[in-house]
Amino acid sequence: MKAEKQAVQLFALAKRFGKVEALQEMTLSVGEGELFGFIGADGAGKTTLLRILATLLLPGGGRAEVLGLDVVASYRDIRRRIGYMPGRFSLYQDLTVEENLRFFATIFGTTIAENYDLIRDIYIQLEPFKERRAGKLSGGMKQKLALCCALVHRPELLLLDEPTTGVDAVSRAEFWQMLGRLKEQGITTLVSTPYMDEAALCDRIAFMQEGRLLAVETPDAITTLFRKPLFAIRARQTWPLITWLRSTPDAHSVYAFGRAVHYTDNRLSASRDELLLSLQRQGFTDVEVQQIKPGIEDTFMALMEPERGERHG
Amino acid sequence: MNSFRGFLRKEFLHIFRDRRTAVILFGMPLIQLLIFGFAIRNEIQDVKLGVYDKSRDAVTRAIISKFASSGYFILSREVHSEREIEEAFSSGSITEVLVFEPDFARRLQRDGRGEVQVITDGSNPNLSRIVSGYTAAVLHDYQESAVPGGGREAGVVAVPLMLFNPELKSVDLFVPGLMALILMLVSALMTSISITREKESGTMEVLLVSSLRPAQIIIGKVVPYFLLSFINVVTIIAVASLVFGVPCRGSLLLLLLESLLFIVTALSLGIFISSVTASQQVAMMIALAGLLLPTILLSGFIFPVASMPLPLRMISNIIPARWYLIIVRGIMLKGAGFSYIWKETLVLVAMSTVLMAASVKKFKIRLQ
Amino acid sequence: MGEPVIQTDKLTRRFGDFVAVDALTFAVGRGEIFGFLGANGAGKTTAIRMLTGLLTPSTGSASVAGFDLYTESEKVKRNIGYMSQRFSLYDDLTVKENIRFFAGIYGLSDTAIKEKSAKLLKKLDLQHAANARLRSLPLGWKQKLAFSVAILHEPKIVFLDEPTGGVDPVTRRRFWDMIYEASERGITVFVTTHYMDEAEYCDRISIMVDGRVAALDTPEALKRQYRAESMNEVFLHLARAKPEAG
Repeated sequence: MKAEKQAVQLFALAKRFGKVEALQEMTLSVGEGELFGFIGADGAGKTTLLRILATLLLPGGGRAEVLGLDVVASYRDIRRRIGYMPGRFSLYQDLTVEENLRFFATIFGTTIAENYDLIRDIYIQLEPFKERRAGKLSGGMKQKLALCCALVHRPELLLLDEPTTGVDAVSRAEFWQMLGRLKEQGITTLVSTPYMDEAALCDRIAFMQEGRLLAVETPDAITTLFRKPLFAIRARQTWPLITWLRSTPDAHSVYAFGRAVHYTDNRLSASRDELLLSLQRQGFTDVEVQQIKPGIEDTFMALMEPERGERHG
Repeated sequence: MNSFRGFLRKEFLHIFRDRRTAVILFGMPLIQLLIFGFAIRNEIQDVKLGVYDKSRDAVTRAIISKFASSGYFILSREVHSEREIEEAFSSGSITEVLVFEPDFARRLQRDGRGEVQVITDGSNPNLSRIVSGYTAAVLHDYQESAVPGGGREAGVVAVPLMLFNPELKSVDLFVPGLMALILMLVSALMTSISITREKESGTMEVLLVSSLRPAQIIIGKVVPYFLLSFINVVTIIAVASLVFGVPCRGSLLLLLLESLLFIVTALSLGIFISSVTASQQVAMMIALAGLLLPTILLSGFIFPVASMPLPLRMISNIIPARWYLIIVRGIMLKGAGFSYIWKETLVLVAMSTVLMAASVKKFKIRLQ
Repeated sequence: MGEPVIQTDKLTRRFGDFVAVDALTFAVGRGEIFGFLGANGAGKTTAIRMLTGLLTPSTGSASVAGFDLYTESEKVKRNIGYMSQRFSLYDDLTVKENIRFFAGIYGLSDTAIKEKSAKLLKKLDLQHAANARLRSLPLGWKQKLAFSVAILHEPKIVFLDEPTGGVDPVTRRRFWDMIYEASERGITVFVTTHYMDEAEYCDRISIMVDGRVAALDTPEALKRQYRAESMNEVFLHLARAKPEAG
């Protein structure tokens, strides 16, 4: 990754709003052509970071480069070459689909026709509704239109701030397929999301919490940061299972995952059979215990400082 | 330039898409003009006049008959004591009482000064103000006719406005004020709302990231409302002249040019408001409380500036409408030329320049 | 399932020609955690508005908390709790004031309010923040507080409309702990979510597609039926069957 050209580089980038440290000395680089995800909850600093990269906010400390240009000094050049989709789909609700797209094309000094090849796949789905006002579109459609608007001037870098928040699972899946196709066209994409399951679709991801980077890795490699043996436990009754596991002195983490409970033990020696036995002794029925490979969400939770998450929500 | 044209196009689309607002913007001037024009006209007829004549001489009789024949007053009763005055007011049987001092004619002869006390019902200050204005005008008329050029100080304060509005038409006075109000509303309020709306919806972020320059965004926001306001000015002047027969004694061209200047001042104010606020609601509150109310109350539209207490008079100086009102009244009612209103014009030019400079400076190329 | 707390029969709502909810028929039992899924625009919001007495159905019948939706909608409102991501508490009031206000709406007496708020603050470990403006609290706490307030008057059912948006996975699970607890106490939980893993925490799930219930069963059974690994697959399979119409 280092040998390639860097699309985005952060050098101890920091930002504070009053007492809140939105970004704490972040250092990171994203290569050209990467699909890079920032994963974290509200308040992790994702929006602040993307706004600084979009030259909409000034860094508080450190510096940042986008396409090799400094975000403060060369903001005009950067603005011409990036596409930015803010958190709320910023469309004009009273304009039609086509009018929105045409407007965003003209203010970037281009036309829809000029870059139609880039947006065709997405726009084709919108075309039947092109006379409809943006305010009347469903969440998924708005999201697609906003993406088209951000793409219409063929940017080299795409900054997407939580494009899938509040959108249903079907639209989310389709949206990620589009991002995959844009990657094939060589567009670098930085995308933020609170959904852990979307992390697996990125080339690399950064876990963020309260303005800090918890980890930066490929989705496959990031789970190796999870060090403890992880067990998936099932029983007929999930809630009593969770409460009982939490009450045991050796429990390190107990989290519901679907119908199962993901459990780590404070003792390194904890074994599957031992757990199974003690659960059955407690009177749990239909008990299954399996040692499993940790997923991305397991890893994120393990990397979060537990008391921190508890204290700050 | 192409991107700027696209921006303008979008602004017009916003305005015409929002039918309700468009109707209000174009319809409001007309409706207000009609309502105020007719309402005020009706209010000033048939003022019920009481008379307490302590002198009972030829002059007082002549004055009273002048009132009775003026067409605006009805002599409804004669009063014989101070106590009766109060009674008459509380029973609502009269709107105004004239009290002639004893020996009115003699004193007028001897000292050149006869006192008429004009008592009106202060619980309706508006009506009261209008009525006493009429009274002053009738008294003035009498003096003019009885002793041409003489009787300079007859103990009556003549309201200066009446000098140039001898037919006592309120609508004439009302039109300039209405123009100021409408222009403030359309220009300042609508621009500030339209810019803050972009901030609220997040589209401002995208505009900033585009290659549009801040000046282009500002001008693109201003041009449509500039045109709208101008259409409104022309409508008001036309309706005022056709429906109410309000004259424009001065140069129509000068009036239009001065109105354009005032529109620019109002637009600068609107942009300035939007550059310091983040939400439509706040912008609207500021525009309403900070612009419209002062425009109505402190500009001289309803209450004469001269009769305001000093602090308010000082505040009125920073209200653009105050200067515009002087200009419009000057041109329309007095037929004044530019040489009479250049000072006021200069004030408006200065205000616009300062506001524009401040808002371009304040307009952020970033979000913070 | 136990006695049904929500029972609908061909509940339908039309807006002009558009049928937003088409002959909804289902029952939810006491203490059940019922997941109500669907794509944007599938009719979830309309259905919830009807079930909470905010919108009158066009046809069909339903009883909620034992009361008829048509004739006793006021009683329905008094016996349910409601929380959504968009509206829950007042940001400019303090934690205590929020509790007081919402408890007051539901007609709790002053002494009951005092007692309950003290208990609630203790349980949420929020005593130190009782007089802090809600605005200053982290989102996760706000969500927990909003949920607790929604069930302060011990409703039979609580409706949760995307309650956990925007928080980290640990906080999200803490929230679900509260849902489980409420369900143990016999409160029926009717929840919508875009997180498909949360769907698996539910006792039963319904998936709405174009105003109709396309599937309704336990997560296990649904996965078996559609030979899917996760609820996400089930959802995509059902919701994708028809192209989205904007």
